[in-house]
Amino acid sequence: MQRTIIAAISGGLFGAGLLVSGMTDTTKVQGWLDIFGAWDPTLAFVLGGAILPMLLAWNMTTRRAQSLVGTPFPAKPDPRLGHNLVIGSVLFGAGWGLVGLCPGPAIASLSWGGTGGITFILAMIAGMLVAQPIRVQIDRIATI
Amino acid sequence: MIPTDWIWGLVGGLMIGTAAAIFLLGNGRIMGASGLIGGLVDRTGLNNWQERVAFLAALVVVPALMIPLYSVEVSTNITSNLGIVIAGGLLVGIGTRLANGCTSGHGVCGISRFSLRGMVATVFYLLAGGIAMVLFRHILGVI
Repeated sequence: MQRTIIAAISGGLFGAGLLVSGMTDTTKVQGWLDIFGAWDPTLAFVLGGAILPMLLAWNMTTRRAQSLVGTPFPAKPDPRLGHNLVIGSVLFGAGWGLVGLCPGPAIASLSWGGTGGITFILAMIAGMLVAQPIRVQIDRIATI
Repeated sequence: MIPTDWIWGLVGGLMIGTAAAIFLLGNGRIMGASGLIGGLVDRTGLNNWQERVAFLAALVVVPALMIPLYSVEVSTNITSNLGIVIAGGLLVGIGTRLANGCTSGHGVCGISRFSLRGMVATVFYLLAGGIAMVLFRHILGVI
């Protein structure tokens, strides 16, 4: 129960932050990516602002044995990069640029995003469903 | 004079980072939007579905309650071209699952722990986003 409440507090604050920062506005995101157009640096302030509390949080995890609810802190991921990290990030970035939405803001703006927003979420879910078979194919080609 | 958009960006960013810090220190979890959604979609994360559903429900409800507080109309300004929307959604869905993360997981949570994977992912999705703008806006003119 405690774990569910903490998740809701985190999700709510995340959504509020996305709205306040302007990241649910696709023109602000595309404005940041469009360095040859009317470049909008807002996203740098958002990312910089978001990293600050997390620097402190990661530092605090080194002095604590476990989380508040008693679960272990996430282990350092495998340092190997792998082709899927690069291929996936390139595909994600292309979609992010095309529409100006990434997963967090897409969900956060569900209530006012209209048909376009819902269509984006459904397409994203469809993409997530086919990602695993695509990963298998990529891995097969990569090992040749 | 600093544009107010930048200040709101910083304030919102601090809220996003605090949300990620609460999830990490409270539940011992990485606040990655694509992972939280994806684990429900492909059923790989059903063991802690309550946490995921609570997070995503609040992610929708809290901004929805804030919208009436704005004196101006809030819009996502998303393109009306549904073909572009579907293509973008598919790419975001496939890409974030292949890469195991998006802007929140790799960007916010990864960079702040100096994770090479997070930093490399961020460089590649920023580059791809920038190239997409050049290609689809400035060369093809479709967005």
